[in-house]
Amino acid sequence: MNERTKHELRRFPWQVQDSGQWLLVAAAGVLLVASVTQTVDDDHRDARVAVAFGVLIGFGELLRLSLPDDRESAPIATAGALGYALLIRVGSARLPQSAMHSAQQVVTVAAIGMIIGAVPHLAVGRPARVGGMAARLLAVAAVAFIFRPLAGTKVIDHYWGVALAVMASLVILALLVEAVLSALMRADEQRARFWVTLVDEMRVQLPLGAAVGASALLISFASEVMGLWALAVFTAPLLVTQVAFRRYSGIRATYLQTVRALAKVTEIGGYVETGHSERVSRLAVAIGRELGIHEPELLELEYAALMHDIGQLSLSDPIPGGATVLVSREDQDRIAELGAEVIQQAKVLGSVAEIVRRQNEPYRDIDFVPNEQVGEAGSPGPPLSSRIIRAANAFDDLVGGSFDPARATEAVHRLQLDTASEFDPRVVEALSRVVHRRSLIQL
Amino acid sequence: MAKLSWAARLYIGVVAAVTAALIVQGPFTGIAWPDVVVLGVIVVIFESTATVLRPKELAWSPNSAAMLAAAILLGPVGAALVGACTLFGLRRGPSLAQRIFNTAMFTLSAYLAGQVFLALGEHTGPPDSGSYPLVIGAFTAAALTHIIANYGVLSGVLRLTRNPQAPDSHARMGVSLRLILSDLGYAAFGLLIAALWGELKAFSPVLVFVPLLVARWAIAQFAEQQRAYEATVSALCQAVETKDFYTRGHSERVSRGSVMIAREIGMRGERVEAIRYAGMLHDVGKLGVPTKVLQKTGKLTEEEYAAIQLHPMRGLDIVREIGFLDEALAGIMHHHERIDGRGYPMGLAGDEIPEFARVLSVADAFDSMTSTRSYRGARPIHEAIAELRKWSGTQFDPAFVDAFVAAIKREGWQQPEAPAVPAEELVSMDAQDHDDPTAPLRVTDGF
Repeated sequence: MNERTKHELRRFPWQVQDSGQWLLVAAAGVLLVASVTQTVDDDHRDARVAVAFGVLIGFGELLRLSLPDDRESAPIATAGALGYALLIRVGSARLPQSAMHSAQQVVTVAAIGMIIGAVPHLAVGRPARVGGMAARLLAVAAVAFIFRPLAGTKVIDHYWGVALAVMASLVILALLVEAVLSALMRADEQRARFWVTLVDEMRVQLPLGAAVGASALLISFASEVMGLWALAVFTAPLLVTQVAFRRYSGIRATYLQTVRALAKVTEIGGYVETGHSERVSRLAVAIGRELGIHEPELLELEYAALMHDIGQLSLSDPIPGGATVLVSREDQDRIAELGAEVIQQAKVLGSVAEIVRRQNEPYRDIDFVPNEQVGEAGSPGPPLSSRIIRAANAFDDLVGGSFDPARATEAVHRLQLDTASEFDPRVVEALSRVVHRRSLIQL
Repeated sequence: MAKLSWAARLYIGVVAAVTAALIVQGPFTGIAWPDVVVLGVIVVIFESTATVLRPKELAWSPNSAAMLAAAILLGPVGAALVGACTLFGLRRGPSLAQRIFNTAMFTLSAYLAGQVFLALGEHTGPPDSGSYPLVIGAFTAAALTHIIANYGVLSGVLRLTRNPQAPDSHARMGVSLRLILSDLGYAAFGLLIAALWGELKAFSPVLVFVPLLVARWAIAQFAEQQRAYEATVSALCQAVETKDFYTRGHSERVSRGSVMIAREIGMRGERVEAIRYAGMLHDVGKLGVPTKVLQKTGKLTEEEYAAIQLHPMRGLDIVREIGFLDEALAGIMHHHERIDGRGYPMGLAGDEIPEFARVLSVADAFDSMTSTRSYRGARPIHEAIAELRKWSGTQFDPAFVDAFVAAIKREGWQQPEAPAVPAEELVSMDAQDHDDPTAPLRVTDGF
């Protein structure tokens, strides 16, 4: 359970969700109401087509997909909604009929489909994820309001090349809008920097986003040729893509859980105080976010912090209290090296082994000459993640699981006094900000 | 690649000859040659970049979609020609015989698909709006033909080239309903390509293949994560085994033994996988037992005995977080229970003990007896089997003992070699093995 959930237990739901998310949902809500009233007023067009797309969108929302790192996506729903927004003609046994529905109708149908598809999730107790739905709806709305007026024009009608180019650009726009909105919510929630979050979000969403975009274009073009059967035929490939992603997400979650289990071993063995690794890890990640580290490196930092004591398993008996500060520098280094070996063997996440190996290095060791770079005062020193873990570890050794703000402040003070050579001053400053923020929450 | 038997070569030759004969007959008039070239190039590109997944799943490429599109747009002969472009794939791996075989197989399947499509009353060329929905039915039939022809021809050659030495039945290709349905899903791309060909021409496959490539990427990621996961599990096991020099490899052997029993009694595939992990992780709780207890040579005090008895529970603590291991957890927690109810930690008896636990306990005891320990040498297999039978019904479940013995008689059991012990101070050694049924832990009588 993370800090958020502990607080959630004491407050009402509307007090817990971050303001960014509610703002987004409110915006989507206003848009929806306006669209519904407009659609009901004008004569709504092509009821059959609307219903078919609505069903597809609902189906897609029902089949929501979890992605790694607490993200969610509804690729089939988004593709269907975008396809509806970009629809030019619907083929039939006689002549293809031009699709004349308005942007407001697109928004209405998409929203209704999404809401109906989300109901079963709520019924079984899964989180509603209204923020994500709102972001998707707004992205679709943006495309709809730009394209619907263009759909009937001669240029789009006659030149498929132009139509394709315009539609492709709009699809890219939709994905960008969704990425920006999701990043806004995430940055708010995690207290991370917005640009860093945006880049991470785009990187993660790119593959699936490309599949969604291409599928939206396919629906639009295929509907012209096959009529509403396109909706049935095209779903199969995207479903298969979704299954592949689901398997990937599943195994990744299992893998990360197993790494956590590996990290827990030092605790069970009595080598480390209960909860120490978890606390160091959370603190390290918060510091990392504060310093603007990107998500992949943040994940490595998290796991390096969880496993930083794993070398202690090699000791035949635990150091009392797990306080490695009591042990000599050579022993500390040996433990770190052994830990790095175990991790390397487990092929965990890239450079986690290196981070753990160098966690004991002081920030600027005047006497210590690394063997790769011959002793220059400006030698690079240990990687940033190692420095963060060192500081977080020292802090937790001083404070432990105590919530006492006075003790925390005192510990920060001591780290600051040591800063010149032991710890990276930037890291200590970030740590002090994080700790200060936390003590505000406790009050 | 091993040399092919004459039977395999004959088989490949026949397939190739039949295919060639069929194509040479077919009418070459009315084929849109530019379209053949475009689709052929696509086949070459994908053939050159095919990813080989686990041996069970074989090489997976979007070529089927391109060939089925050709079946609709160009008819059987055109489709066969497109299929024949497989020959020009620029991958380094396959031998000449493999290339010829693959080409012949794809060409034949494409040809048959085209014939089925025509036979169901459809015409070649991009389907017009009037053809729907009937053309979807015809296409599905053609796709199924393609898939079945593929698997049929392939399983023939796999059977002929199966290595009799390999004990694993992993090489056997399981054609399941799920595999066929997923292939049908990918085949749907062929219809899309054909349907949009009229409007978008060569741009149609480009657009259609994006979701496909994304799915392929996701599968590659999956494979990578799977490898990392396996490596982490084994790192977990190794962490346990550093405590006692003599138990190196114990977890892996218990895992193997449990899998043997599981297969022998006919357990379903997924459960066999789960028991494999249960075997690997069953002793992870030993990490919670203080080393000095494990290394004590004299009798244990009540407290020390209790510490050892707790190790299944501590094991549970460690691996509880791992989501999918549910049944395996029960196995880990109860692997020291006895049928007569005198085991630990809970004293469950008979059928109360979860199935996994009963399997594990047989394999665990057997490996302990047949490995070298610090206080005795390894016992020969027949002696260990005799011990298992002796305690069958009291400590062990008789059904699983019988299954294990049968499996060993058939497949044999690789006993570990006696390890060369380096200087005694440098390694950690347990003085008593809690898994050994012939040497129960010696506990003082209290006070």
